[in-house]
Amino acid sequence: MTLPGFPDAMPLHGLAGGLMIGLSAAIMLLVLGRIAGVSGLAARAVGLSASGPPRGIAIAFIIGLPLGALLVSLLAGPVVTRFPASIWPLLIGGLLVGYGTRLGSGCTSGHGVCGMSRLSPRSLAATALFMASGFVTVALLRARGLL
Amino acid sequence: MKQSAIALAAGTMFGAGLAVSGMADPQRVQAFLDLGGNWDPTLAFVMGGAMLVMVIAWAIQRRMAAPIAVSRFDLPQTHRIDARLAIGALIFGAGWGIGGLCPGPAIADLAIAPGQAAMFIAAMLAGMAIHRLTLR
Repeated sequence: MTLPGFPDAMPLHGLAGGLMIGLSAAIMLLVLGRIAGVSGLAARAVGLSASGPPRGIAIAFIIGLPLGALLVSLLAGPVVTRFPASIWPLLIGGLLVGYGTRLGSGCTSGHGVCGMSRLSPRSLAATALFMASGFVTVALLRARGLL
Repeated sequence: MKQSAIALAAGTMFGAGLAVSGMADPQRVQAFLDLGGNWDPTLAFVMGGAMLVMVIAWAIQRRMAAPIAVSRFDLPQTHRIDARLAIGALIFGAGWGIGGLCPGPAIADLAIAPGQAAMFIAAMLAGMAIHRLTLR
């Protein structure tokens, strides 16, 4: 199914994948009593965070991420990943994402999915700000002909 | 051991969800943030689906005395919206726009495009390490 006016959009795939992500976060919450925040769990897994769940739990969750993507590629065919052509967006983007998510205590999963659905004021503020920053950053890249 | 198995299953479900939803594709994520280009609203559907499940999960959580597999909930209790939160979110958003990647998709993509994903993740871990070394 496509969305009228947006030929590239995959609304049903998006919704299905979103439900799976929500189910994953629900399992972490209701079974393990934790927030499924990927930036925090990644930092915990590699020993860059003093707080968070036992390291074994963080490592197990993080290992699951590529495992899940691999399963989809094996069962449903190739998973599209169009990365930036140059390595600079990866290096600069990665650095900012790593620093920013730690300073701001979360990313799209922790603040966006888990915090917003909890109506956490901190997460609502953080999500509004990182979304706004993302929109402005891409607009600036486009204005400079860098997209 | 049992807890790690549950976390592994949850992580696998999360990674599969990213792959199914198209969010493993940096260009599609960047296209959501690109209001001046061919705007792609897919990310909003992903967020909607995930939030739908999680709104229900929080409603259930509020009626539970303890999680199923451990003795207590360990959830963020901070309510303060301070400069760290705001500046951190702004910096994260800028990096998200530049690379089209946030932490979850970057790590999931290790299975699909390992070289490029590893490059982003190395830089991301460096950013996390800088934060750890400079701020207490």
